[in-house]
Amino acid sequence: MRIFWRNFSRNRGAVFGMVILVGVAMLALLAPVIFPGSPWDMVGAPFMPPGEMGLLLGSDSLGRDVAAGIAHGARVSLLVGAVSTAAALLIGVTLGAVAGYFGGIVDDLVMRFTEFFQTIPSFVLAILLVAIFTPTIGSIVFAIAIVSWPPVARVVRAEFLSLRSREFVQASEVLGKSRFSIVIGDILPNTLSPIVVLSSLMVASAILLESALSFLGLGDPNLMSWGFLIGSGRSVIRLAWWMSVFPGIAIFLTVLSLNLVGEGLSDALNPRLARNRGAKP
Amino acid sequence: MEVSKLPAYLAARLVKAAIVVLAIVICNFFLIHAAPGDPASIIAGQSGAADAKFLEQLRAQFGLDQPLYVQLWLYLKGVLTLDLGFSHRQQMPVSTLLWERLPATLLLTGSAFVFALVVGVSMGALAAKRVGTWWDSIITVLALVFYATPLFWVGLMLVLLFSVALEWLPSFGMASVGVELSGFQAALDVGRHLILPGLTLGLFYVAVYARLTRATMLEVADQDFVRTARAKGVPEGRIQRRHVLRNALLPIITFAGIQAGQVIGGSILVETVFAWPGIGRLAFDALLARDYQVLMGVFFCTSVMVVIFNLLTDLLYAIVDPRVEMAG
Repeated sequence: MRIFWRNFSRNRGAVFGMVILVGVAMLALLAPVIFPGSPWDMVGAPFMPPGEMGLLLGSDSLGRDVAAGIAHGARVSLLVGAVSTAAALLIGVTLGAVAGYFGGIVDDLVMRFTEFFQTIPSFVLAILLVAIFTPTIGSIVFAIAIVSWPPVARVVRAEFLSLRSREFVQASEVLGKSRFSIVIGDILPNTLSPIVVLSSLMVASAILLESALSFLGLGDPNLMSWGFLIGSGRSVIRLAWWMSVFPGIAIFLTVLSLNLVGEGLSDALNPRLARNRGAKP
Repeated sequence: MEVSKLPAYLAARLVKAAIVVLAIVICNFFLIHAAPGDPASIIAGQSGAADAKFLEQLRAQFGLDQPLYVQLWLYLKGVLTLDLGFSHRQQMPVSTLLWERLPATLLLTGSAFVFALVVGVSMGALAAKRVGTWWDSIITVLALVFYATPLFWVGLMLVLLFSVALEWLPSFGMASVGVELSGFQAALDVGRHLILPGLTLGLFYVAVYARLTRATMLEVADQDFVRTARAKGVPEGRIQRRHVLRNALLPIITFAGIQAGQVIGGSILVETVFAWPGIGRLAFDALLARDYQVLMGVFFCTSVMVVIFNLLTDLLYAIVDPRVEMAG
């Protein structure tokens, strides 16, 4: 663990990302304390530029506080990012493990299925899913999970393929362990590091996807989100630039920090690879 | 590759593409049935546009009173004859709507793609040639930034800069309203309208291709045949172009094929921001009206576009790389 932290903190970008990420998480946690009351409530005159009437980031077309919207939106973004990634991992790891462990025709079928999902335009499918199942936080998480599991399945399958004929797995087989306990207890723990790296990138793209959906008006109508803020600022951008600029910066910083943390994790978990990268001419 | 094997290779790819398209149609069909509520009212659109008589008509058309497999067959038959249903809101067949909007989307995605490919590959090649210099760092940082920025937000910021602040470029639509232009002037007008949306959609992929080109060129540059060429006394510029870049293009082609679906998805957002009258804008309007027939038509149409694009990249790949396996 200490080696892990040393490798991680050697990557300055990753530390920077971690700091921002902790900041966003704090903002999300403390949103009800810093901005008590609903972010949908009117707090001042509409279209107030940043700094006026005590509104740090200005107000929107209905006099709502943009800063409060961003703080409360952080909760939604992080929640959707985390939960949909967890769901995508569940699908991807299961399918990848089945394909890689059993091989043969099962592998073939699962991989064709995965390829199919990689071929179809995922964003269009996500829109269709959310629209048909009506926009709620549940349908958004479901749609994002459905379109983001394929890379996980591919990575896990590749790991399982190479691990399943290793000696420690053969040893467990000889000992008479059940297939299930071999898969869960022996092989899966060894695939964790690529999964961890991948999932930080998946949270990032899930946040982008959620913001795009709510920008198009497919957000949960009861929850404030960053994409919704930008979407509502779109038509009045000539009048109130702050309505779309600040939520965008929030998305950018969060997604950037997740990408940086992902790179740091990858370096820390595969130190050999990281050193090779550094040694490039 | 041997020319004689090309037809067989193409046939195999075509079969695969047909299966994918079929699967998409089936997917569409089950989506209507998976949705909560009466399929007929979902097809008609939920916002009360449909009266009882229209619902009856839809039930008969889709055979909703018959077993599921009959319904699936009816639906498949419709789609295969390019009957994608009727948009009750727009009072037009969905296929007509899609055909009308297709050229605008192809123009936008096509130019964004060419822009991304040309600029991205040149930037990546430059970074690989001057690895470790400030050029290299700038490209790495740019790639990170564009990876993390929402597409629609980049579009809005470009509008703020170039349309609102500088007033250089139009931010809305595909052609100037209220002016009669012809020939070259009209093309120029569309071109001016194309710059911002094309840039928005292209910038992200510039970053992607620059990174990919850099990485593969560095990898190829380490290989023996490059060293041989250098030992033979081939000029450095020629080595970079003929030996390194040409081999680095293969993964880029592969990647372009994988990315096709993403580009089209991105065009929905870009067309929404810039009111570009393409399929993406059609999808957005259908979304606001909850016009599911049109939405499913858009899903079908964009999927077919991706499948065709993948076929083209497969073909290109087979022509560029003689080592490619003909099977499957």
